[in-house]
Amino acid sequence: MALATFKGGIHPPDKKELSKGKEITPARSPKRVVIPLSQHIGAPCKLAVSIGQEVKRGEVVGTPEGFVSSPVHSSVSGKVVAIADFPVATGRLVPSVVIENSGTDEWTALKDNSDYMNLSPDELKTKVKDAGIVGMGGAAFPAHVKLSPPKEKPIDVVIINGAECEPYLTADYRLMIERPKDIIEGLKVLMKIIGVNKGFIGIENNKPDAIEIMKNAVSGEQNIQVCALEVKYPQGAEKMLIKACADREVPPRALPMDVGVVVQNIGTAIAVYEAARYGKPLVERVVTVTGEGIKEPRNLLVKIGTLVSELIEDCGGYSSEAAKVISGGPMMGFAVYSTETPVTKGTSGVLVLPESEAFHLDEFGPCIRCGRCIDACPMGLIPSMLSVYSEKGFYEDAKAYNLFDCFECGSCTFVCPSKRPIVQFVRLAKTMVKP
Amino acid sequence: MEKLKKDHQLTLSVSPHVRSEETTSRIMWSVSASLLPATVMGAYFFGPKAVLNVALCIIASILSEFLYQKGTDRKITVNDGSAFLTGLLLGLNLPPTVPFYIPIVGSVVAVVITKQLFGGLGYNVFNPALIGRAFLLISFPKLMTIWAEPTAAFIKLDAKTTATPLGILKEEGVAKLLEMFGDNSNLYLQLLSGHRAGSIGETSAIALLLGAAFLFYRGYITWHIPVSFLGTAGLMAWAFGAKGAFFAGDPIVHLLSGGMLLGAFFMATDYVTCPSVKAGQILFGAGCGFLTMLIRLKGGYPEGVMFAILIMNCFSPLIDRGFKTKVFGAKKEVKK
Repeated sequence: MALATFKGGIHPPDKKELSKGKEITPARSPKRVVIPLSQHIGAPCKLAVSIGQEVKRGEVVGTPEGFVSSPVHSSVSGKVVAIADFPVATGRLVPSVVIENSGTDEWTALKDNSDYMNLSPDELKTKVKDAGIVGMGGAAFPAHVKLSPPKEKPIDVVIINGAECEPYLTADYRLMIERPKDIIEGLKVLMKIIGVNKGFIGIENNKPDAIEIMKNAVSGEQNIQVCALEVKYPQGAEKMLIKACADREVPPRALPMDVGVVVQNIGTAIAVYEAARYGKPLVERVVTVTGEGIKEPRNLLVKIGTLVSELIEDCGGYSSEAAKVISGGPMMGFAVYSTETPVTKGTSGVLVLPESEAFHLDEFGPCIRCGRCIDACPMGLIPSMLSVYSEKGFYEDAKAYNLFDCFECGSCTFVCPSKRPIVQFVRLAKTMVKP
Repeated sequence: MEKLKKDHQLTLSVSPHVRSEETTSRIMWSVSASLLPATVMGAYFFGPKAVLNVALCIIASILSEFLYQKGTDRKITVNDGSAFLTGLLLGLNLPPTVPFYIPIVGSVVAVVITKQLFGGLGYNVFNPALIGRAFLLISFPKLMTIWAEPTAAFIKLDAKTTATPLGILKEEGVAKLLEMFGDNSNLYLQLLSGHRAGSIGETSAIALLLGAAFLFYRGYITWHIPVSFLGTAGLMAWAFGAKGAFFAGDPIVHLLSGGMLLGAFFMATDYVTCPSVKAGQILFGAGCGFLTMLIRLKGGYPEGVMFAILIMNCFSPLIDRGFKTKVFGAKKEVKK
């Protein structure tokens, strides 16, 4: 049987074997954490603590401003020692709360409510919102916003994204292996909040054990279906996943909710479950620390705000060839200029590439119009023309070639034989014209 | 931790951080390699003079690209293999016995005028090798239509001249062609092996198909252009190829003779000068096939592949405008 998928896409080497066998283990507790007040798409938080203040684990340190925003919490118990700007993965400086870890991990009151499924959808949604849950696949869009679709856009499907199509990363894979039941519970909470009775879990077929485990875990559930997906990047992109699992195409510039779908990531589902049951805020996440440039690749349970440098040390440090540190995966992650950058809610991996793997963007050739990027583009765009127009400064022409439908997955740039930085040309053009 | 990298030693770059191993020069050298069987067969049938002419084309192409780039203070890109490929293709498209200045003039026209003056690799409108050949055919019509007889050339340098199968077909008809080759099956056999008069690299169908198979295997070409090209040409040869009756022509003779295979697999598929969207490529290929047969059956020249591809090259940008890909999720093609 042909596996569900989408048109286009690429097959980069997946390199998951470096860390896929490594069980999730807690990272060494950091001496201090740096909690950025903006870890999500939307308005930054308002500072809710002051220097010198004692905070417990799970205590709010930043309160949301507006609807599309999400609170941030302290991931350790300890004392606020500074409020300063720190670089996040994108390189942007974000006001952050620095908390010295007392090491006692004293929680704010958490309450185990095993009867959480009997809470009303609104109560559950409030718990998700208060827990500061955002999309943990990387984009970090506040979860409660996706769970509040306008009335005229009824939702009938929730999809849990277990594709993990980025090479190297294995965080979601390990969660599926180790905590399948919690993922299902999280999905059920999500389905209850939106009031739908169709749930999918989409998993790429290069993780047959995860597919098997998840299938067993949903065996009693009538409404939940595990979809084995073709191994192809970017299978985990929202629109591609929806096409593969539910056979619906999100129109250009539209959102999943426009075709009645909400997508959440594996990690997010677990966070939702923990918020619903224990009222536990999102203060830790699984991060894959991997790459040929790291001594011992691992999957770590990391307190939000832990610095990347500490994770690298935790994994035995760099191997001698280390050349580039990337927050996220190799296709869409950000190369960081400082390892003194904190893990945030959207950090799925820390990837250290060696010299030989780290592509240096020194020279590129002219477009030879070979069309490989056109075949690779999952959005059906013509990246070659976008790159040429942008290179020459014809940004309006680039716009006419559906510039703003590009979500910058990097497939075109991966396949380009002239090594043109096509995605970067697209980013440039996007800043030069109005959508 | 020996050699712990400091932050300032980290490499910074934009995503994606991994790239495929494919490079432009690898493509160019691979396509050149795929022409090796045809080149060897050309050397076998037409001898040292043919080899010399192909070599002259390659050397002149590389040299003129180098000198142009040096003279205009541009980056030297002769290592990318595209000038080599242009030279090789031009060489394979020449009659075997042309005098030495013909390859040189053709190469300069191909590389300097057709490619570099239009902006270099990626920006040329026309296939450089074909413009080079067209220029030669128009400028030196006599020299460019002297066809050596195959095999004899190896032993004696002053080979006898003869006509190409297409020339015979045009001037004297199919009966004469059969008379020369004995019967149909022998004719096909000679066309397959390449034992016939023609341009250096175009005669051996087997060698060309071998090279084409390599290109398909490596994914360097897709079926769209060759199939639509040869399909259309074959259909037209069958429908209109015979005098006095419809659907009585011999498509096989037409497909295996002249530059049909060399054109369909190696020239029309040139990335730069063909449309880049697959649907457009089908129209492009069909246009090439149609024009080739129109010229062969109704035109003044016995062979039409070269002009057909060049004419269709003109339409490539237009075809690319008309055949945009369907944007994911769009109801139908977005009209702008």
